[in-house]
Amino acid sequence: MATADNSKRIKGQTGEWEVVIGMEVHAQVTSEAKLFSGASTAFGGAPNSHVSLVDAAMPGMLPVINRRCVEQAVRTGLGLRAQINLKSVFDRKNYFYPDLPQGYQISQFKSPVVGEGKVVVDMPDGESIEVGIERLHLEQDAGKSVHDRHPTMSGVDLNRSGVALMEIVSKPDIRSSEEAKAYVSKLRSILRYLGTCDGNMEEGSLRADVNVSVRKPGDALGTRCEIKNVNSIRFIGQAVEYEARRQIEILEEGGKIVQETRLFDANKGETRSMRSKEEAHDYRYFPDPDLLPLEFDQNFVDSIAASLPELPDEKKLRLMKEGGLSAYDAGILVNERETADYFEEVAKGRDAKVAANFVINELFGRLNKEGKAISSSPVSSSQTGAILDLIAEGTISGKIAKDLFEVVWTEGGDPRAIVEKRGMKQVTDPGAIEKVIDDIIAKNPAKVEEAKAKPKALGWFVGETMKATGGKASPQVVNELLKKKLEL
Amino acid sequence: MSVDDDTVRRIARLARIAVEEKEIPHWRGEINAVLKFAEQLNEVNVDGVEPMTSVTPMQLPMREDKVTDGEVPEKVLSNAPQTQDGFYLVPKVVE
Repeated sequence: MATADNSKRIKGQTGEWEVVIGMEVHAQVTSEAKLFSGASTAFGGAPNSHVSLVDAAMPGMLPVINRRCVEQAVRTGLGLRAQINLKSVFDRKNYFYPDLPQGYQISQFKSPVVGEGKVVVDMPDGESIEVGIERLHLEQDAGKSVHDRHPTMSGVDLNRSGVALMEIVSKPDIRSSEEAKAYVSKLRSILRYLGTCDGNMEEGSLRADVNVSVRKPGDALGTRCEIKNVNSIRFIGQAVEYEARRQIEILEEGGKIVQETRLFDANKGETRSMRSKEEAHDYRYFPDPDLLPLEFDQNFVDSIAASLPELPDEKKLRLMKEGGLSAYDAGILVNERETADYFEEVAKGRDAKVAANFVINELFGRLNKEGKAISSSPVSSSQTGAILDLIAEGTISGKIAKDLFEVVWTEGGDPRAIVEKRGMKQVTDPGAIEKVIDDIIAKNPAKVEEAKAKPKALGWFVGETMKATGGKASPQVVNELLKKKLEL
Repeated sequence: MSVDDDTVRRIARLARIAVEEKEIPHWRGEINAVLKFAEQLNEVNVDGVEPMTSVTPMQLPMREDKVTDGEVPEKVLSNAPQTQDGFYLVPKVVE
């Protein structure tokens, strides 16, 4: 375990403190049916509709495991460069809650399907950290309680009950709220590339339990508190910041940290104790007698490994190596699989750097402005590619390209046809541009003197020429001609 | 291995079984008798023996990822003491 560099430490009254964070991320497995029943996993739906009698824990019902969920767990393990266990065991985790009809959750305790692995996390400042994965195991989700439908009763909906989750447990390798956020973002990105979890945090497909403790640098680990069910990356950052400061304050006043479960209140931006969970930690795990051990052979693992897609780390390196992109640009492009796919379609057979600039500046800029995802971009990758071709062959200038992009964004259509129809072609014929330039030079003798004395004043002539040609003159040709005419 | 009265109370609480105070010594005796009976197994040397999980040599059967069940809310709710608009109703649980 590395000790954090000074910049990550938190200043207290008695000096600097180091924050130590470990995370348990619950990721919903992408599958049609539930982990142990044939009911649908679809989000929403009328209450208690996507529920089989297995999920409702009716007497005599037996769980039968969904092969796809096992494959997804193995696929994720491979994506996390983790050890895959050919034999693992399902256990019962016993506790009582109204949204848990069985009175236990089927989970994996002693023998998880996936063992140790690691995730490389790129920080915004260019630094990379490595976060160890302790384990990944399969388990059932619980149902959902709603409290606002009745004055004295809670409603229970079992649609989520029995949906497969992967619990991904990190080692306590995270040292700041920024690292915590970046770790979950990276994990989410890997899961989405793998297609094993949709990563939709609003729908609860990805949520994190965050373990936070503080210590003086070099000391042994402090007592930790677990913040349950934080469901957005921003909230993870806020919860860590608040919790670390709370613990530091207690310790500096001579108090002790009580190991407990806390919840994050997003409205108040604070964590508070969940008293109901105090006694819940005695889960009396034991192997589920309804289920044999989960066993598969190395061929099963190898066939999944053979179908793994290129993951963000590899893709980033390839874009840097093959396309000459900067680490920063490549990082932005590979973060989401859809974005990377879009970029690669645009860059195919074209200059990768030019394509990256245009996609990042024009397309992402516009998408962010409208709050749209790349999947709903009105400009397709082939349309963007066509715009880049028009620039490359000199038909339009970079400036006209921006106008053209705007037209394609709002009205759609074939960029080349739009350029034809609207006369957006840049003028490259030196004769035509020369005439305009001669005219401007003749009318502005004072400016000519100025430009001769101070070559920077050339910009004024470029501007005037562009204005006179309706922005269609080739900037390159204009510059060359002006330099010649003004003898610069 | 044996349990004391406090452990009996704790087990009852975890299992949500109401046990009256005067019954505790009785249950302590029952549980300790069961534990003592099972302790006979300690006499067998099981070094290097894998735990037996099934009496028939078979593999965990698996199911294809197909939706084949559910969409029977009326069946699911048929034994519920109280329901409303498709929800089970339970005493208020709120954090």
